[in-house]
Amino acid sequence: MNRRDSLKALGFTTLSAGILLEACKPGEPKTEEAAPAAAEAQAGRQPFEVERDKKLNADKFFTAAEMATITVLGDIIIPKDEKSGSASDAKVPDFIEFIVKDMPDHQTPMRGGLRWIDLQCLNRYGKVFTDCSKAQQIELIDLIAYPAKAKPEMAQGVSFFNRMRDLTASGFFTSEIGVKDVGFAGNSPNKWTGVPDDVLKHYNMQDVKAGV
Amino acid sequence: MSDLQIKKSSETYDVVIVGSGAGGGMAGYVLAHAGIKVLMLEAGAYFDPQKDSQQLKWPWESPRRGAGTTRPFGDFDAAFGGWEIDGEPYTTKDKTEFFWFRSRMLGGRTNHWGRISLRMGPKDFQAKDGLTDDWPITYDDVKPYYDKVDRMIGIYGTKEGLENEPDGIYLPPPKPRLNELYIVKGAKKAGVTIIPGRGSVLTEALPGNKDRGACFFCGQCGRSCKVYGDFSASSCLVIPAVKTGNLKVITNAMVREVITNKEGLATGVSYVSKDDLQEYQVNAKTVILGASAGESARILLNSKSAAHPGGLANSSGVVGHYLHDSTGSSAGGFLPELMDRKRYNEDGVGSVHIYSPWWLDNKKLDFPRGYHIEYGGGMHMPSYGFGGGIQNMNGAVPGRDGKMKDGGGYGASLKDDYRRFYGTQFGMAGRGTAIARYDNYCEIDPNVVDKYGIPVLRFHYKWADDEIKQAKHMQETFQEIMHNMGGAIYGGPQGPETNYGLEAPGKIIHEVGTIRMGNDPKKSALNKWCQAHDCKNLFVVDAAPFVQQGDKNATWTILAMSMRTAEYILQQRKALNV
Repeated sequence: MNRRDSLKALGFTTLSAGILLEACKPGEPKTEEAAPAAAEAQAGRQPFEVERDKKLNADKFFTAAEMATITVLGDIIIPKDEKSGSASDAKVPDFIEFIVKDMPDHQTPMRGGLRWIDLQCLNRYGKVFTDCSKAQQIELIDLIAYPAKAKPEMAQGVSFFNRMRDLTASGFFTSEIGVKDVGFAGNSPNKWTGVPDDVLKHYNMQDVKAGV
Repeated sequence: MSDLQIKKSSETYDVVIVGSGAGGGMAGYVLAHAGIKVLMLEAGAYFDPQKDSQQLKWPWESPRRGAGTTRPFGDFDAAFGGWEIDGEPYTTKDKTEFFWFRSRMLGGRTNHWGRISLRMGPKDFQAKDGLTDDWPITYDDVKPYYDKVDRMIGIYGTKEGLENEPDGIYLPPPKPRLNELYIVKGAKKAGVTIIPGRGSVLTEALPGNKDRGACFFCGQCGRSCKVYGDFSASSCLVIPAVKTGNLKVITNAMVREVITNKEGLATGVSYVSKDDLQEYQVNAKTVILGASAGESARILLNSKSAAHPGGLANSSGVVGHYLHDSTGSSAGGFLPELMDRKRYNEDGVGSVHIYSPWWLDNKKLDFPRGYHIEYGGGMHMPSYGFGGGIQNMNGAVPGRDGKMKDGGGYGASLKDDYRRFYGTQFGMAGRGTAIARYDNYCEIDPNVVDKYGIPVLRFHYKWADDEIKQAKHMQETFQEIMHNMGGAIYGGPQGPETNYGLEAPGKIIHEVGTIRMGNDPKKSALNKWCQAHDCKNLFVVDAAPFVQQGDKNATWTILAMSMRTAEYILQQRKALNV
């Protein structure tokens, strides 16, 4: 079977490579696979996995106040800019709610870290984080966002913010908005023929070859 | 439980095969195509990559964005199971460590493996250092089967003429990605041989095969391939064998033991069905085990009878012993020169594009044998963990304005950093020869059973100085290569506190050696045809017969050896009455 037949076998009904590539771009509903997952059997998923996801989706971990703080923090970490939307535009808070249920090791550091932030704000500004002014929020974040220069007494805040930053990046750049933003160009049928010539030339790699 | 009974089949198959992975799959394929009536028992679910693969899904189609919560290699990875399976425990002994990866599914672990397909070389079968026992066969005995496997299944690579890395019959290899070109440069400068990868992916249509599609370069072999463009035992062996009408598969059939008669010959196997939890016995004239090195040893040790009091095929007492997994240690970093790089599709294939076969002479080294190095890097599909630990990266290089800044941060400039660093990372991993030792073994735990009441394996495994020194050498080599890549940023070598990054035994998932071959029945369980010395109608076709691994991933040798054993069974049809 040649490559064209391979693609037909995949369920792509057109033979035009251009349309094929288009069909796989983020933002375009691809096939029925992209539709909201039914709770019933899913091809290639074990029954216990389907059940587990169902249960995790039904459970709730964060309180409304915690979710509000996560939303503000997420948008401070990844704001909207000229290229793409913010963390909350990419539904990062929903991802964080899911992932802490999926990976319970995140639960205590996240819950405790959010409370640590609120206590810092209460002591400094007399208000919880979400009620503080934007300037106050940033003043606090500046104390925990740079591990190398943060004061030792802020170390717990640094640990929390590192985790929050990582989860926000994971959630954002694995969303449709984020994958498009970062410019990932794969996940679509093609023929790999090596690094494009202009790129080889740019990095002066034309003569580098593997082999004895 | 009062209605529990053993359902005995009145039918007698020519052959029953336990396991549907590389070994069981190949034996089933060869025998079914020769007209033998075969029953295959698989302990897990049916799996057809064409329907069940998660290929081409986007990260947001997974609620955990591809994280490995229920599947160790990620949510889209094809392997069911992993190092832990609910209700199917194993134990360890004397505070030693072993991690046992099991995939209960049609095709087993071949659905998700790295497709790195290496022949063992002449010196792997017969090492000259006297440290380990020789195989009872040579490279020349196996070569014709490697050739047939290459033609039948398809493999890419290049002829390099290296003595202990025998060349095969190759499709064209995928070209290196940009990051890999930096690695090629660095390795060559460090004096490390580096050649195109060798993988079982159809970079071109496989001549004469109409059932499998050519690779379309999504780089997702780990998810298994919907067009059968790579090798899985499910797609390439078992499903075609079923189509002959001569092979029947029963899935969710967890084998307890091999049944033998008074003369000590195998008459069939017993199993519990995971579907209805009933007990079954099936009859066969010949029994083939291909359940994996660990599981096949477990079945034999659990098959005790008057004729085989120490377990079947175990009068030598070697079953379970000489267990060995490849060594593994790794390193990685990023290339500032590649920041803000141009975007294009460089998914390539899901196996290695380049690798380094072992290149040194051990006479000048303080450890025996050697290792190969696998490499990767580039603009991969984002998944859970994307941009993790950026506070360790974005303070190490100047920003767009040419000025250094503090690592970490937030906001628009952080968002921009994630873009800037995308595709700059690379990694390398050594995979080396571990020495087969009698003292590294699995045995039946006298106190523990799984949820089906089957006694479980207990492992005893310790790395020795040989393996630890090898890992140290890997770390030193990685530092040299990374230094020579030009401007790469990376951490220092791992030291003695982590055994130089040496992974725990079992973590590389290359375990072999538990039912070894040999000419001396006192020192081995199987003869040179992988036929039990103690039971002539019992064969083993997975990695258990390996006397001593090389620094080569086991699958290609399992396939060649299983084909060889299956052809031997065909030659012996009269004697075996099949």
